Amino acid sequence: MSQTEKKTNRRDFLFTASYTVGAVGLGAVIWPLVHQMNPDKAQQALATTEVDVSQVEAGKSITVLWRGKPVFLKRRTQNEIEEARAVALTDLPDPQKDEERVKEGKDEWLVMVGVCTHLGCVPLKDKGDFNGWFCPCHGSHYDVSGRVRKGPAPKNMEIPKYEFVDNNTIKIG
Amino acid sequence: MSDHEYVPKSKAGKWFNDRLPLLSLASHLTDYPTPKNLNYWWTFGGILTFCLLTQIITGIVLAMHYVAHADLAFGSVEHIMRDVNYGWLIRYVHSNGASMFFLAVYIHIFRSLFYGSYKSPREVIWIIGLMIYLLMMAAAFMGYVLPWGQMSFWGATVITNLFSAIPLIGDSITTWLWGAYSVDNPTLNRFFSLHYLIPFLIVGLVVLHIWALHIPGNNNPIGIDVKKPSKDTVPFHPYITIKDGFALLMFMIIFSGFVFFAPNVLGHSDNYIQANPMVTPAHIVPEWYLLPFYAILRSVPDKLGGVILMFGSILILFVLPWLDTSKVRSAVFRPIYKQFYWIFLINVLMLGYMGAMPAEGIYLVCSRVGTVYYFLHFLVVMPVLGFLEKTDPIPMSISDPVLSGSVEPSLAKKDNEKI
Repeated sequence: MSQTEKKTNRRDFLFTASYTVGAVGLGAVIWPLVHQMNPDKAQQALATTEVDVSQVEAGKSITVLWRGKPVFLKRRTQNEIEEARAVALTDLPDPQKDEERVKEGKDEWLVMVGVCTHLGCVPLKDKGDFNGWFCPCHGSHYDVSGRVRKGPAPKNMEIPKYEFVDNNTIKIG
Repeated sequence: MSDHEYVPKSKAGKWFNDRLPLLSLASHLTDYPTPKNLNYWWTFGGILTFCLLTQIITGIVLAMHYVAHADLAFGSVEHIMRDVNYGWLIRYVHSNGASMFFLAVYIHIFRSLFYGSYKSPREVIWIIGLMIYLLMMAAAFMGYVLPWGQMSFWGATVITNLFSAIPLIGDSITTWLWGAYSVDNPTLNRFFSLHYLIPFLIVGLVVLHIWALHIPGNNNPIGIDVKKPSKDTVPFHPYITIKDGFALLMFMIIFSGFVFFAPNVLGHSDNYIQANPMVTPAHIVPEWYLLPFYAILRSVPDKLGGVILMFGSILILFVLPWLDTSKVRSAVFRPIYKQFYWIFLINVLMLGYMGAMPAEGIYLVCSRVGTVYYFLHFLVVMPVLGFLEKTDPIPMSISDPVLSGSVEPSLAKKDNEKI
């Protein structure tokens, strides 16, 4: 009797060990199959864009493509900056100061990913109830700082990583 | 199932059948006893098989000429339309075939809802059917992306962004689905691969769907259990094959009407503009067969909430056999359910209309009312009716009301042994 018990234990150990090694092996096979779908090196290589903004006048904006998405670069007028800063944070679904959305000393430049945070459409400029952008897909309104004010979008439009290479050149990414 | 031992007549046939009983299977399929009162709503199973085969055959042909690359896809579709011999025909059959497929599947599903075909003992048939329906929607969505027009691109953007509503990991999931930082060439490539795969998964599920059907046998318009084989049944061939064949011909006339006279009426003209990631079309709408769910998505002012309700509206169908508490299958004998059935059908059509309209004002109000009613139907009406409703008496057999000289079911006699 004790001998059979001993045999069973040995077998249990072998089962557990085999299942464990099998599970690790399966995981090691599945991960490459899953990870291959993430952005590849060619996609990642497109991750920076340099833009010459010397031709943009105050109150105007340009749109460039960065990582397959449009990026809005808007040179805001003094009035627009003041308007954005006068908004009470309590009026915002995703509270954020205008100062946090621009580079210090470069207050006139709003650089943001021009993609609605609801379901990814491109909002239209100078439209909507807040003097900023309006998304035609499901009706989200953004203000002159790109912050969501009304509609189904949960967040403000995203500010990408960017820097001023010199006074006239912005490097996104 | 009436699995009488089948013995092939020829010696060679017997030799083969002993090794692989394909002839027994063929015999089972031709002799399969079918309720003799099946009406034309029961012909859509055959029609759907035809639709699936049409999509697979035309799809394989289209793939011989199509190029799955963001720069070339749009042009290659135009090349199919203009240069490939009969390319226009094959593409229009494929694109309209998708709509015809959904038309047939909706009739098939609503037939099931009316006659209670989803109820015990047919729950597994119903669930496999819903899995086929989900795969159909995935295939249709990815197929719509392949021409790489404006609606393709922005439809793909909106639908994949649904997953970004998932808390914490949502953004990583969308990036993973895209294989890029937006809908782009890698997305198109993988969608093509999966669009080619899914129909064959559907074929596998269809085999299971029919297998599961052949265990209890067909439901029928009066929803009673039928003894098989008996006076209440007829062999599948030739009785049902000829009826299915006739219905299929009628269906093909409508199908051809679209293909030859209005091939673009169900599509969207914006999809003849090449995809442009910088400009969103003013009004994004999905294909007609997804509109009710789109209306539900947009009726909720919260992003995650809308996504949950949209998926919930389909997933709730999986538990329908257990939400419906009534023992009587067919709505023919359920005077109150019958009325709720039509209200539900009208509500779904209304939601479809709202999905095509802009999400504002009265349209938004109607979408919200329709969404609430959609869920009320399943969560309140179905469970409660089973307890409250007084159903009409059901006949003992299919032949009974006819042979006893009265079509009034309440006069039906209890046994059918004596007829």
